[in-house]
Amino acid sequence: MSVLVNKDSKIIVQGFTGSEGTFHAGQMIEYGTNVVGGVTPGKGGQTHLDKPVFNTVKEAVDAVAADTSIIFVPPAFAADAIMEAADAGIKVIITITEGIPVADMIKASDYVKDRDCRLVGPNCPGVITPDEAKVGIMPGFVFKKGKVGIVSKSGTLTYEAADQVVKQGLGITTAIGIGGDPIIGTTTKEAVELLINDPETEAVVMIGEIGGQLEADAANWYKSSGSSKPIVGFIAGETAPAGRTMGHAGAIVGGSDDTAQAKKKIMRACGIHVVDSPAEIGKKVAEVLG
Amino acid sequence: MNLHEYQGKDILSSFGVRIQRGIVAQTADEAVAAAKKLTEETGTGWHVIKAQVHAGGRGKGGGVKLAKNLEEVQSIADQIIGMNLITPQTSAEGKKVHQVLVAEDVYYPGPSETSEFYMSVLLNRATGRNMIMYSTEGGMDIETVAEETPHLIFTEEIDPAVGIMPFQARRVAFNLGLSGAAFKDMTKFVTALYTAYVKSDSSLFEINPVLKTSDDKIMAVDAKVTIDDNALYRHKDYVALRDIREENPIEVEAKEVGLNYVDLDGNVGCMVNGAGLAMATMDLIKQAGGEPANFLDVGGTADAARVETAFKIILKDPNVKAILINIFGGIVRCDRVAQGVIDAYKNMGSVPVPIIVRLQGTNADIAKDLIDNSGLDVLSATEFQEAADKVHEVLA
Repeated sequence: MSVLVNKDSKIIVQGFTGSEGTFHAGQMIEYGTNVVGGVTPGKGGQTHLDKPVFNTVKEAVDAVAADTSIIFVPPAFAADAIMEAADAGIKVIITITEGIPVADMIKASDYVKDRDCRLVGPNCPGVITPDEAKVGIMPGFVFKKGKVGIVSKSGTLTYEAADQVVKQGLGITTAIGIGGDPIIGTTTKEAVELLINDPETEAVVMIGEIGGQLEADAANWYKSSGSSKPIVGFIAGETAPAGRTMGHAGAIVGGSDDTAQAKKKIMRACGIHVVDSPAEIGKKVAEVLG
Repeated sequence: MNLHEYQGKDILSSFGVRIQRGIVAQTADEAVAAAKKLTEETGTGWHVIKAQVHAGGRGKGGGVKLAKNLEEVQSIADQIIGMNLITPQTSAEGKKVHQVLVAEDVYYPGPSETSEFYMSVLLNRATGRNMIMYSTEGGMDIETVAEETPHLIFTEEIDPAVGIMPFQARRVAFNLGLSGAAFKDMTKFVTALYTAYVKSDSSLFEINPVLKTSDDKIMAVDAKVTIDDNALYRHKDYVALRDIREENPIEVEAKEVGLNYVDLDGNVGCMVNGAGLAMATMDLIKQAGGEPANFLDVGGTADAARVETAFKIILKDPNVKAILINIFGGIVRCDRVAQGVIDAYKNMGSVPVPIIVRLQGTNADIAKDLIDNSGLDVLSATEFQEAADKVHEVLA
């Protein structure tokens, strides 16, 4: 088992023929991911990386039964691409694009809410189920198969956490990069819930950062779920000053309740094993798994 | 992108939001000319001279003053322009004032009492929708109102599919206790304000105070406007509104070369790929006994030119006593980054502070060998904790 993506996922790449899309689609295929085609409006009928190119997502769904999409479309057109995927019946829409205007994401997030699909991202590294499917931009070799699920707002910090977990002799079921924007599809709580409910996942690593209430919501859900699966948590940005955006558009301390300290306090109160040092994530996972 | 009050008011006005009118001035003489012109246009007798800096609480620092005649306009403008304005939102040194807004007096006597409200438009991150937040307690610090009298703060969330509806505008006006002409004007005001927010692609409007004048008009007396940087491509006319004098010069320089840099007060500089890892690295520096001197995300391509630029930017801060480079190589290969560090170091001749390089991920071993055999005074590490320990050592 795994969540969101696996070896049977039929994946298309939106923004397939662009430089980002081409490079990362190539890496995904090399990893063994089941990429069934791509979409670039106006280039339908061509073949790219030995896969068919379609003009619309709907065509890709009809022709190759695509159920998962990864979006590399530039920011100005990315919200439209998300809505097109949702409209065409794609079930899992993973958006890598960084820098989408907030107003566009308000519309896209509202649009996907009423449809039978799940949005991951934007501004995220994607989702990986080791040995099955890499639907993202992460370095695949870091993620060895195992029993630990990872949820994270950040890209490289996810790789760091996975690397630490693997060095403890453990591995990963699925790692979900949820993204660092103010508006994202799948929330921390939803991603944690997916992993807690996954029978193969025995522990979850939850990596958050300053800004917003997502980690607090996830912690409160975890407490009320009564789950006995351990969660190891880390929040980046304890040293970040208030009112400044730290790289990720959503990483900004707005008040007293979205600082790293406040989030860690709630997480601890909800039974999450919080580490203060980002160097101790892997060790703590090994410890809680005994 | 943050705007000055006068720029924010221009945008509001362009969408039909009534504002306290004013003219911006760079010198005391310009301020007097502006005051004369404003009197002709609006009939105002008195003028308010307002420092234009990107910080709130200007009144508390002496940056907002009433002038009852042209001599006072001259002397007050002369005093404010060039001053270092210190407010609760600036650093201890304050912010240099380059210009003032000469504004009409809107607190004139009339048939009813004036009253002040608070109103902001912003994203509710919990729901992914915009909301209007407003309060009867205008002119006060909204954080204080939230703490002391939270029941006096109201919110109106807007459905993105239909926008602000008339019943919502009426509810705002009712909750603010208005009636008659002022009620009607408030419904227009709040509708126009929300429209302006959406059409200008703003990420924050804060109007404090919104004034009900003694003749029942509703207007914005102040305006804090932040435009969504990611949406600036569709507002070419707003790009020119950026005032880099208000920004940290090192941050401006970093931005020009595409580096995401935030200046901090500490003594250990850092260079990291990825925002989350960069924040985590800052936290680790603190735990190792240092204080982070900056946030710096070098992004996905850490070649020699980029590393060198990043080095130079970090070293502009005289407080930096050590630099920690933390790169998790994924798509970026660590040996490339290591070569970049070595080349940058050699190009610069010498770097005056100890450097700790921690490379992990793709080709980390080759990278460590490159650093260790380079003959340069660079400490290498592969594990995160090891890097922290080395920071601790060099600071001791």
